[in-house]
Amino acid sequence: MSTASLTYAGFFFAVYLIAHLATRYAVPFADPYLLPIAGLLTAIGLTEIYRLNPRDAFRQGIWIVVAVALFAATLFMLRHEYRRLETYKYLFGFSAIALLLLPILPVLGLTVNGARLWVHVGAMRFQPGELAKIMLIVFLAGYMREKREVLAQGRAKDWGPLLVIWVLAMLVLLETRDLGGGLLYYGIFLAMLYMATARIGYVAAGLGLFLVGAVGVWKVTPHVQDRVTIWLHPWTDHKVYCPLSGHLDLRQNCQSFQLVKSFYSIAAGGYGGTGLGKGTVTNLNGQQIIPDLNTDFIYSALAQELGLIGAAALVLVYMIFVLRGMRIALLAEDGFSKLAAAGLTFGFALQTFIIVGGVLRLIPLTGITLPFVSYGGSSVVANFLLLAGLLLISNRANRDLLR
Amino acid sequence: MNKQVSHVGIAALVLLAALIVGTTYWQTWANAGLANRQDNEIRLVAQFSIKRGRIYAADGKTLVAANVATKRGSQTLYFRRYPTGPIFSDVVGYSTQTRNRTGLEESYNDYLTGSNANLDTVFHSALDRLRGATVTGNDLVVTIRPSAQALALRLLRGKCGAVVALEPSTGRVLVMATNPTYNANLIEKHFALATRTSLPCGAPLVNRATVGRYPPGSTFKMVTAAAALDSGRFTPDSPFYDPGYCVEYGKQVRNAGNPEAPETFGHVNLSTGFEKSINSVFCNVGKALGAGTILDYAKRFGFYSVPALELPGGERVASGLYQHGRLYDPKHPDTQVDPGRLAFGQERLAVTPLQMAMVAAAIGNHGVEMRPQIVERIVAPGGKTITHLQPDQLGRPIKRQTADELTRMMELVVTGGTAPLAAIPGVHVAGKTGTAEIGRGNIHTTWFAAFAPAEAPRVAIAVVVENQLNGFGGTISAPIAKQVMEALLR
Repeated sequence: MSTASLTYAGFFFAVYLIAHLATRYAVPFADPYLLPIAGLLTAIGLTEIYRLNPRDAFRQGIWIVVAVALFAATLFMLRHEYRRLETYKYLFGFSAIALLLLPILPVLGLTVNGARLWVHVGAMRFQPGELAKIMLIVFLAGYMREKREVLAQGRAKDWGPLLVIWVLAMLVLLETRDLGGGLLYYGIFLAMLYMATARIGYVAAGLGLFLVGAVGVWKVTPHVQDRVTIWLHPWTDHKVYCPLSGHLDLRQNCQSFQLVKSFYSIAAGGYGGTGLGKGTVTNLNGQQIIPDLNTDFIYSALAQELGLIGAAALVLVYMIFVLRGMRIALLAEDGFSKLAAAGLTFGFALQTFIIVGGVLRLIPLTGITLPFVSYGGSSVVANFLLLAGLLLISNRANRDLLR
Repeated sequence: MNKQVSHVGIAALVLLAALIVGTTYWQTWANAGLANRQDNEIRLVAQFSIKRGRIYAADGKTLVAANVATKRGSQTLYFRRYPTGPIFSDVVGYSTQTRNRTGLEESYNDYLTGSNANLDTVFHSALDRLRGATVTGNDLVVTIRPSAQALALRLLRGKCGAVVALEPSTGRVLVMATNPTYNANLIEKHFALATRTSLPCGAPLVNRATVGRYPPGSTFKMVTAAAALDSGRFTPDSPFYDPGYCVEYGKQVRNAGNPEAPETFGHVNLSTGFEKSINSVFCNVGKALGAGTILDYAKRFGFYSVPALELPGGERVASGLYQHGRLYDPKHPDTQVDPGRLAFGQERLAVTPLQMAMVAAAIGNHGVEMRPQIVERIVAPGGKTITHLQPDQLGRPIKRQTADELTRMMELVVTGGTAPLAAIPGVHVAGKTGTAEIGRGNIHTTWFAAFAPAEAPRVAIAVVVENQLNGFGGTISAPIAKQVMEALLR
């Protein structure tokens, strides 16, 4: 154990203590499980990032401080009445679109791994999509609470604003080629629509439209075709055309190499894992085997080092978070709170599923962060804001219950 | 709305539960298959993080395979170095990052990496892993004598061929040399250079001693004579008349030598026929015994089965009749195989030097054949010997009396027959030459198989040299065998 790692631990504990005190003071009736779970997940993530790349861990540490500050500020600002937000639902909706559009702007935008999701100012990089997700959920919760009866009847007039923002969001995602984000927002939308209208037919229709849309996008977008091919056939026995080099090569040495190496990494964990910090992440030449190990593929690093027991425990922690989140939605008294809490929780679960499911080859892999664990400032900030939202709603629900 | 919220909650939990199922699939079900994939770098790193056991020659001092520790980032990796260069390459093989392992490096990989199921090793390596210490493999000591091995390779220089020497009473492989060979140190970074050779026969990575299939020529007469004597149909004194040829299927099969005027020996007995290597005598023996009997005896000596040497399965082949490149075991040998030509080692026979050495060793060991073995002992990291070589009897292909009669006939080959160049002063050498036609004019594959001292042999040997223009077993191979035997008897 080095002084550096102990400093990190001490520092992290101090930050957590501040978050805890802020929560106790601002929202004393809030759910007592969520913050410790978020702290646990953040600590696991920071440990793994530190083990992979200490410099990234330092940046992540700074982002955690920023995130906790914003988390505390949000709690203090909204501790009396968060439901004011509902009034500004359209502002949230359009801000979300604006945020999603930022990366397309010529000076600010940045393309990473084929997706244009980044905004950079100087050396600072930010993924606005993470924040847009929360804003969209607030908009959807507000709008659907107001129009749930008429939405259930299916009048075109009431669907208008919803569809406008909706189609805009999808177009932006298509433009930025953020497939994971698209899937996530679509899933959240359908789940919230179902909760608001209780019409399972909408979900069926939505899934049908999704399939049609997915096939359409697949037909016209080489990027998407590539992702699906990698998903279905990550290994080839014969050399196939490799679009990265322009030569013939085995696919596992070309497009799907990261995914395939990630399978090896997960499999190497076995039941017990190698132990944190003891896994193999570099090859014989000392190069990192999986380039994006601390973001998209952090689960495969954790699965190798923690083994099946540890990885399953990690997923169970996510499940407890989801259980608590849904409990908040059930206890909340008004429709806006219910929809917001359930939307935020479902978004949290779906995001976890999309990235880990992609790494596990349950679905095609799309780059998206693992909540609280992956390296990435915007992700940490967004997830702490999501946590703040859930705590605010539960504070009110529990307080009303006790009265 | 609560009903719908519960539904969505359940859906979310189902999605997350699927992740546990997926993880379980990769970490339990798919685990083993993925671990063996060639492009799995984690497996490679694990492999090279182990301090592989060293390999020593029979003297226990000559280091044949060693490790070089290299720091790469946070991990220490161990790469192989072969201090003796090409001398042991065909036996020891190589273990590199980019290529499949070969030789003992492959067949003893479990021992060398400490992952064998021996209780002592399991305990030690499990403890090492728990402590995060480097796992150390077991050392091997092979039966190969380093000086004789080097001598054999020197004698083969400029030629294509192989030398195999065995200890008849135990089956220990004392020499296993093949030329052209390669320097195992070059495999990793200079593969093209390692596989280059100026010799026309090429294929330096091939261990000719165990996979080289050569027409045995007259060395096969050892098997035919064994069958003749052991079956009781002939004695060393059985009379023959040699007109210079033998008649088979109405045609003349001529003796060796000038086709227009073949050697003619007139009235001889079986012993003289063996001593002078007269084809017509053995052609008649073959016709009398039938191909079936001869092949039966060949099988008793181990033909038609892959020798149970400790090298990987792909680096050993069976001897016998070969047709279209595949081992051919005729159902009705007496009608499908030409008995006369079979008897003096032509037909479609293809024999490895190892098999021929085994035949000589079995005759020398009074008719008892020992399993050839190449690993003398395995030593755990602490210095404790886990296993040591146990001589293992393969069987008794011929009676003791047959073996002793055949030994006397083989001694005559050296004292008055075709192999005077194999004579060692003060030692009785028993041997048999072979000069096989390969269907290209006067270019021959030359053989010599022998053992010494004849009365209680300490070494049995087979030497083969390919593509010798006007070369004979007695002139090309016998002198090589003599020098190697001398070195081994010293």
